[in-house]
Amino acid sequence: MKILVIAEQRQGKWNNSSFETLVAAQQIASAGSATVSALVIGKGVAVLAGELASKNVAEVLLVEHDLLDAYTPDGYCAALKQVIESAKPDLVLFPHTYQVRDFAPKLAAMLGKGMVGDCVGFRSEGGKLIFVRQMFQGKTAADVTFTGAVPWFVSFQSGAFRADQLAAHPNGKAPVNAVSVNVNAADIRTKPLELFKEAKSAVDLTQAPLIVAIGRGIKAPENIAQAEAVAKAMGAELAASRPICDEGWLPMERQIGSSGQTVAPKLYLALGISGAIQHVVGMKGARTIVAVNKDQNAPIFEIADYGIVADIFEIMPALTEELQKAKG
Amino acid sequence: MNILVCIKQVPAKDAPLAIAGNWIKESDIGFEMNEPDSYALEEALRLKEKHGGEVIALSLGPERVKQTIKEALAKGADRGIHIADDNFAQLDPLGTAKVIAAAIAGQKVDLVLTGLQSDDHGFGQTGVLLAALLNLPHATLIMQIDVQDGKMKLKRELEAGWFQWIECPLPAVLTIQSGINKVRYATLKGIMAAKKKEIAMITRQALGVTVEPTQKIEKIYVPTKTKKTEFLTGTPKEAAAKLVEKLKFEARVI
Ligand SMILES: Cc1cc2nc3c(=O)[nH]c(=O)nc-3n(C[C@H](O)[C@H](O)[C@H](O)COP(=O)(O)OP(=O)(O)OC[C@H]3O[C@@H](n4cnc5c(N)ncnc54)[C@H](O)[C@@H]3O)c2cc1C
Ligand SMILES: Nc1ncnc2c1ncn2[C@@H]1O[C@H](COP(=O)(O)O)[C@@H](O)[C@H]1O
Repeated sequence: MKILVIAEQRQGKWNNSSFETLVAAQQIASAGSATVSALVIGKGVAVLAGELASKNVAEVLLVEHDLLDAYTPDGYCAALKQVIESAKPDLVLFPHTYQVRDFAPKLAAMLGKGMVGDCVGFRSEGGKLIFVRQMFQGKTAADVTFTGAVPWFVSFQSGAFRADQLAAHPNGKAPVNAVSVNVNAADIRTKPLELFKEAKSAVDLTQAPLIVAIGRGIKAPENIAQAEAVAKAMGAELAASRPICDEGWLPMERQIGSSGQTVAPKLYLALGISGAIQHVVGMKGARTIVAVNKDQNAPIFEIADYGIVADIFEIMPALTEELQKAKG
Repeated sequence: MNILVCIKQVPAKDAPLAIAGNWIKESDIGFEMNEPDSYALEEALRLKEKHGGEVIALSLGPERVKQTIKEALAKGADRGIHIADDNFAQLDPLGTAKVIAAAIAGQKVDLVLTGLQSDDHGFGQTGVLLAALLNLPHATLIMQIDVQDGKMKLKRELEAGWFQWIECPLPAVLTIQSGINKVRYATLKGIMAAKKKEIAMITRQALGVTVEPTQKIEKIYVPTKTKKTEFLTGTPKEAAAKLVEKLKFEARVI
């Protein structure tokens, strides 16, 4: 079996989940007998290809073209389709980044194939590969198998594998092979313009040692004061899940998760947050995680050190009082 | 500008899920409009208010999804399309997209909007696949749409607080991220008006699409816990007191 990992870079910088996916590939390869190749695509990315070659891979494919300088789904799909047709991998792996969401399903479809996206793991049972992904917002897991002919396309969720387990090349460096591709300007229908961040925020949650975060369980903006009281009694910063910021109840700079802030405080208290992966990636590095949720099966309890299964509207005032008492 | 919005009906957020094979037991639970899709619908209605045209709400699924189409009509969509299929949950992403694309192909639309991801299957693929199948340009995770001179300027969300502006011609497919706008509620007048609006029903079979599955969900299950959670019990006051005690003396974080 031939495994091809499509690594991701933007403006010459790696998206680090590329290395997690490379670890996934190495693990799949060692569960069967397979070779792993890695691919980097862009313009002027030979240095990055050299970096990939120092990992335990059979070869590195370097795909460069003037029209691949800035990412576009049309450009990437046109180029990668040609590479896949000539390299003939059985399994094509991606990190499940926002960029991969944007083009990989289309790339698979152009080859008449399907993609199993956002996987959290894999198993090999009797030579059959089973990919595990989440459904129902993390409330259930699903075992998924491919039914059609290869190549199969799979993306792995960020954090599903540990980049520090990446094996280095056993004897120096793997060969880097440049693959030339045809890309026409006329095929690229969208035009990427500037990248930007919204105005710099006043609060820096990444520096906060204690965070009290609210989710949709807070129900209405007028209830936020109760969570603020908990935060104040604790000396914590207030943060939130996406829906709270989408509603405009708290500013976006307080949003934790894949599209917001990533924090690693000493304490993260999640009030009425279900624990969807896009939220969890932003806070699972917290040293101590506490979750209060009325649903005992809420996925947030999977990563919580302490849990209270209860109505937050009963817990918040009680907790504020106990915290004040403890401070004396 | 004619806009078609793909709207999926999904289990209500607080619905207790009972697993049945590779899907859930659908009896006894409530359903609602997939959240990003309600933002997509709102965006379509706003674009129509600015640029004219019609808004079509399309949903693939069993009889129950008609309720969600009606909700879209009550909010201001002009007509609905229901692709009837009791087995829609067994379709893989490519199959779902092929069926929906076949229904869209017969419509005159300038823009197709989808949500970026469904709360049940969570494939996160349908919009991009529709673009591939309809041979239209696309962009995903959209947080702002400005239409000017027959093309769009789009704000696309990237990771960790980054965004990017993108120019995209029309017609196109966009997948909409939650929070792009403030969604409206249906008014009583809207609900009354919706009663007179058309919902065209077509079965998946009648669309004549052959779908060959590329993947199969073998089974679904409650994931095994990786971390041991210590649950604190008692009255709210007792649980709160225990928590403060633990945080102070065991975790030593406060
Ligand atoms: C590409 C992408 C990017 C995303 N980026 C982010 C991101 O950066 N950050 C983010 O947070 N999300 C993000 N999301 C959204 C994410 O998938 C979830 O939809 C979101 O995190 C859910 O927020 P929630 O937990 O507050 O709401 P819900 O999932 O609705 O959960 C509410 C919880 O509150 C509990 N509850 C309700 N009432 C009470 C009560 N009275 N007492 C106790 N508990 C109660 C419920 O049991 C439930 O578990 C993203 C999604 C996608 C697809
Ligand atoms: N059965 C369906 N009916 C209508 N729209 C759908 C359906 N399935 C998916 N979609 C659309 O595709 C988006 C992404 O869904 P998914 O690819 O399942 O995550 C949803 O937000 C909907 O807009």
